[in-house]
Amino acid sequence: MADSQASKISGKIVLRAVFALATILCMWLPGEAGGAEIKVAAASDLTFAFRDVAAQFEKQTGSKIKLTYGSSGNFFAQIQNGAPFDLFFSADVDYPKRLEAAGLIEPGTIYEYANGKLVMWVPNASKLDLSRGLATLLDPGIRKIAIANPDHAPYGVAAVAAMRHAAVYDKIESKLVLGENISQTAQFVQSGNADAGILALSLAIAPAMKDKGRYVEIPAADYPPIVQAAVILKSSSNKELANQFMKFIQQPETVALMARYGFSIPKDAAAERNGSAMPAPR
Amino acid sequence: MDWSAIFLTIRLALLVCAILLVVGTPIAWWLSFTRWRWKFFVESIVALPLVLPPTVLGFYVLVAMGSNSPIGRWYQSLTGHGLPFTFEGLAIASVIYSLPFAVQPMAAAFSNVDRNLINASSILGASRIRTFIRVVLPLSVGGVVTGFVLSFAHTLGEFGVVLMVGGNIPGVTRTVSIAIYDRVQALDYAGANRMAILLMAFSFVTLSITYALNRRVWAVWPMHR
Repeated sequence: MADSQASKISGKIVLRAVFALATILCMWLPGEAGGAEIKVAAASDLTFAFRDVAAQFEKQTGSKIKLTYGSSGNFFAQIQNGAPFDLFFSADVDYPKRLEAAGLIEPGTIYEYANGKLVMWVPNASKLDLSRGLATLLDPGIRKIAIANPDHAPYGVAAVAAMRHAAVYDKIESKLVLGENISQTAQFVQSGNADAGILALSLAIAPAMKDKGRYVEIPAADYPPIVQAAVILKSSSNKELANQFMKFIQQPETVALMARYGFSIPKDAAAERNGSAMPAPR
Repeated sequence: MDWSAIFLTIRLALLVCAILLVVGTPIAWWLSFTRWRWKFFVESIVALPLVLPPTVLGFYVLVAMGSNSPIGRWYQSLTGHGLPFTFEGLAIASVIYSLPFAVQPMAAAFSNVDRNLINASSILGASRIRTFIRVVLPLSVGGVVTGFVLSFAHTLGEFGVVLMVGGNIPGVTRTVSIAIYDRVQALDYAGANRMAILLMAFSFVTLSITYALNRRVWAVWPMHR
């Protein structure tokens, strides 16, 4: 059989290829990260703001920041399972506090870095009149409304609270589509697949969203404040750099940068800083 | 273009394929020749990742690797860090996930080898390993190549398991498919598109080369030889 003759040769080739491959792989396993870098788990509402913040920090310090975005509840679960992050920027204070209770953070590092705001967002093509606030969502022309999953995304919790406050939740519950995090929620409406969405202000004013639609802020009194806190994790392998980033976040320039993305600083945190050498951010 | 994700994915896929060749070949060999009555149980276990939702597999792998499980604790005491959200953890999960893609084509090819040739080899005094390397393997090259390519392509494109076990950490566990998902969420459609096209082109070229090379030996699956 000519076939078996040919395949006898290729049999040897396969064996040799396997050995060659194994050798290459042994030398090519991911090395330990060289140079200073920290891994940051950041709530999805920081997607655009933190791109700038990280770039600034990298420019100033010459070290590297590796950012992963997701829902805070998801990060909470991953950190409990040993995810190797150095810092965790949650979209609420509850998850950081629960991590503290579990002994997974560096004691005393909980810092409230921002206050988030909710908006209702519709694509440009939409004819909806946003001036009626959340009551707009009762419009029969709306088929799908995007919110973040309230089970593990703080912005989803706030969105449900706001809809309950406006007494529309029960009537539109069946139209809700749940984003895995607030950024995916934004993607649902931005792509036109949902007719309206309840998003973070920080995403609505980001360049990728700004020209694609209109939004109206939901009055802050209509939902519990979205106080966002950050922590340094106990498992961090570079606590020095993590500390440095935590300090960088509190600098007036960074606060101003965050403010441009729609974040304000929680009042008590600002008051605390007034007592220290640092000037109060405006 | 997220090159670190691309290289990471290729590295992962190659490593997984290499492990699968080492682990999968004996399993495939055993499956194709054993007359054990409970063989079908082993066959079912090997094929399980084909039908299991990736989230189910990802969930159990995560639990099995976690610090509350004996395996997780053993690994932690050995290396000082846990398995979840590491490259090694990702590789282990991918090996399980791609196991049937390597084992099934190989087992089918091994079963097709003429038993008389194997018996002749034994009678002439060759050991079982020598028989396997000199007789069975050369006659089953098609199946081995198929198993390699399918598990490579499968690892390249896996998503659910990677997301659950790996957790999207840049340079460590962010594979191309996760990077694409990430880009879409960040509304960076152009970035997502660049990587998606690359993945598509690569998958197409790999499959085309494999089919072209093996066209004479087997058509689509070794069974239809």
